[in-house]
Amino acid sequence: MKFFKSLTTGQRTIALSLGFMLVLSIVRLFTNADDITSSGTISSTLRVATPILLAGLAGVWAERVGIVNIGIEGMMIIGTWFGGYGAWKWGTWAGIALAIVAGSLVGLLHALATVRFNVNHVVSGIAINILAAGTTEYLSIIFFKGQQGGGESQSPAGKGGYGEFDMPFLSGGRIGSWRSPDILGWIEKKNDLPLLPDLAGLLRGLVSDIYVPTIVAISLVPITAYVLWRTRFGLRVRSSGESPQAGESLGVPINRLRYQAMAISGGLAAFGGAYLSCVFTSTYRQGQTGGQGYIGLATTIFGNWTPFGVFRGSILFGFPSALKFRDEKNVPALLLVIAVILIALGIVSAMKNKQMLTMGLLIGAAISAATYFLVDEVPQEFVAATPYIVTILVLAGAQQQLRPPAYAGIAYRAGENH
Amino acid sequence: MKSQRLQRMAVTSASSLLAVFVALCICAVVLLITGKDPIEAYRTLFGAAGDTKVLQGSLNRATPLMISAAAVAIGFKMNLFNIGVEGQMRVALLATAVAGAAVDLPAPLHILFCFIVAMATGAIWAGFAGWLKVKRGVNEVISTIMLNFVALSLVAWAFDSFFRAESTTGSVLVKTKELPTSAWFPDIVDRRLSGMFFIAVLVLILFYVLVWKTKFGFQLRASGANPGASRVTGVNPKRMVMISMLLSGALAGLVGMRALLGDVHAYQNNLAEQQGFNGIAVALLGRNHPLGIFISALLFGYLGEASGRLQLIDIPKEITTIMTGIIVLAVVIINEAVKRWDDRRIQHKAALALESVAVAA
Repeated sequence: MKFFKSLTTGQRTIALSLGFMLVLSIVRLFTNADDITSSGTISSTLRVATPILLAGLAGVWAERVGIVNIGIEGMMIIGTWFGGYGAWKWGTWAGIALAIVAGSLVGLLHALATVRFNVNHVVSGIAINILAAGTTEYLSIIFFKGQQGGGESQSPAGKGGYGEFDMPFLSGGRIGSWRSPDILGWIEKKNDLPLLPDLAGLLRGLVSDIYVPTIVAISLVPITAYVLWRTRFGLRVRSSGESPQAGESLGVPINRLRYQAMAISGGLAAFGGAYLSCVFTSTYRQGQTGGQGYIGLATTIFGNWTPFGVFRGSILFGFPSALKFRDEKNVPALLLVIAVILIALGIVSAMKNKQMLTMGLLIGAAISAATYFLVDEVPQEFVAATPYIVTILVLAGAQQQLRPPAYAGIAYRAGENH
Repeated sequence: MKSQRLQRMAVTSASSLLAVFVALCICAVVLLITGKDPIEAYRTLFGAAGDTKVLQGSLNRATPLMISAAAVAIGFKMNLFNIGVEGQMRVALLATAVAGAAVDLPAPLHILFCFIVAMATGAIWAGFAGWLKVKRGVNEVISTIMLNFVALSLVAWAFDSFFRAESTTGSVLVKTKELPTSAWFPDIVDRRLSGMFFIAVLVLILFYVLVWKTKFGFQLRASGANPGASRVTGVNPKRMVMISMLLSGALAGLVGMRALLGDVHAYQNNLAEQQGFNGIAVALLGRNHPLGIFISALLFGYLGEASGRLQLIDIPKEITTIMTGIIVLAVVIINEAVKRWDDRRIQHKAALALESVAVAA
C-alpha cells in the first residue's frame, strides 16, 4: 500500500489500468467473451467516454473555482444544438467551435448569477438546464423544421465527418496507397495466450479508428492537470475554490477568476455536447445528451476532482456501454470482472483490518459471481444505471478519501467576508 | 409587527411579479429576434384565458405541480434540496399501478389504498437520500440526482420485464394492467376538472398548517434557518433531515396520482413525465409558501395549457419553457437583490435609531 501511495497520479492511473487489464484478461480466458478486450471495444470505449470525460472536466473546472455546476447537462445540450447547427452550415470543426463559444456564454451566465447576484448554485444550474432545453427546442423549430433532412427535433446532417485514421505499422494504417502491416492486430488474434493479446488490443484500440476530436479531448486531461496544478493561474483558481478569503487577502481577483473558469467549464461541457452531435453522430437530435452531463458530474466526484481521476471514471463508466454496443453477450462477463475486483478490494480492506467492509465486499463478489452463472444477459437498464449506483456507493463508502474543494457551492461575495 | 409582516409579503409578491414581467420582456426580445411578433404571441397566449376549457385544463395541469412544489418546499424549509421528486414520483407510480390493480376494494378505500402505497414508496425512495445524508454525510443534491436516474432505469426494467399487460384495445402504447374502476379518481364539472385538484389544495393547506402552525413545523424552520442554535434547544437536526426527507418523498409519491388515478388508469412510459422537476420552478416562484405555490402552479399550468394556441399562429410553444427557465433565474436574482436592499435598509434604520439614542443621552 505504501508503494502505491508513493506513486504520482499519472503512475497510479497506469498501475490501475494494468491491473484492470490483467483482471479482464483472466476473465476473457475463462469466459470466451473475446470482445471485452478487443481493440474495437477499446476504441469504441474511447468514443463513448469522450463526452463524459469533457463533462467531467467541466465539473472539475467549475468546482475547483468554487462553483457547483449542476448546469453541465444544460451546457451540453446547448453544445449539441450549436454543434449540429455549425456542422450543417459550415462543417464539423466550425460546429465544435460554435458550440464552445455558445457553451462559454452559458457558463458566464451561470457565473453571473452565482458570483454577481449570489444566487444559490444549484438553483441557477437547474434554471440553466430548463433554459437550455427550452432554447434548443425552440431554435430547432425555427431553424431546422422544413429543411432538407431536418425536423422539429433534429438538425439536417452535418457536412463531412472525420476520416477515422489508423496508425501505420501498429494498426495497419496506410502510408500513401500502401497498407502497412497490422502488427498489433496480429498479436491480438492469438487469443489463447493470457494478457499479451489483451494489451495488444488495448494499444491497437488506442491507435486505430481514431477521430481527431477524441485526441483533442483526451489531451485536455494533462493540459487541465498542468494548468490547474503547475501555473499561477491554476493555483489562483484552486485558491478560489478552497479559501477565497485567503486568496482575496493576497490580492487574487476572485470574481474575475470565477468568470474565467466558468467560461472554460461551459466551453468544455459544450464541446462534449458537440462531440455527440458532430463526431459521434452527424446530426443534432433532441435529448441526445440523455443525462451524460450528470454522468460527467458523477465522474467529477468519482475522480476526486482531479483530471486524471475524471479520465479513469469516464473510461470506467463508458466501458459497459461500449461493450453493449459491440455485442450484448459480452456484458455478463463484466459481472465476473466486478467479482474479481471486489475480491481484490476485499483483500486490501482485510489488510487494513476492516472486517465489516471486507465482509460486505466479499458478499458483493459472491453475489455478482453467482449472478453471472444464473443469468444469460444483463438488462440494458442495469448498464445504464451503473455510473449512478457506483457514484452513490463511492460517496457513501469512501467519503473519507474524497477531497472536494472546501468552498465549492458556498455563497461568497468578494470584498465582504472580512 | 403586523405591518412589518404585511410589508414583507408585499415586497415578496412584488419581486415575484417583477420576475414574471422580466421573463415576458426577455421572451419578447427572443420572439422579435427570431422574426415573430411578440404582441400577437402574448395576445394569443393570454387571450386564451377567456376559454373555460383552457381554464379547466390549466387547473388540471396545476394539480400535480402544486403537490410537487409542496414536496420541494418542505425540503427547502429545512435547507434541504430534494431534486429527486421526479424519481420518487416515478417509483411510486409503478408501485401504485401494480399494487392498485392487484387488490379489490370499495371505491373510496381503494383510492385511499393507492394513496398510501404511493406515499410509502415515494417516502422510501427519498428515505435512501435521507439516510445517506444523515448516516454518511452525502450531499442530498448529488444523491437525489443519482437516485433519479437509478429510479428511471429500475422502473423501466421492472415495467418491461414483469408488469407489461397485453393490450386489450389494440393500442400500440404498452401499459400495465388497468386499475379497476373503484380506484379511478372521479372528475367533476362535466368530467373535465380532475377531482385531484381539491386533493392538491388540501395538501397545500395541510402543508401550511404543518409548517407554520405546529411545534414540529417551528422546529423544522428553526433547524433550517440555524441548525446550530436549534440543536442547542434540543432539536436533533439529523432527525429533522430524515423526517423532512420522508415527508417530501411521501408528497412526491402523490404527484403522479392525477395522471394515474384520474387520467390513464395504468402505468405507461412517460406518464406524468417532468412533473416532479417542474415543481422546483413552482416552489421557487412561489417562495415556498402555500399561497405563492398555488398562484405559481396556476400560472405554469396556464402557460402549459395555453401554449398549444401559439402553434396555431406558427410560434413554437417551447417559448414557454424558455419563459419558465428565465422566471426561475430572474426570481432568485431579484430575491437576492431585494434581500440585500432590505438588509441595508434595516441596518440604516438601526443606525439612525442608535444615533438618536446617543444624541438624547
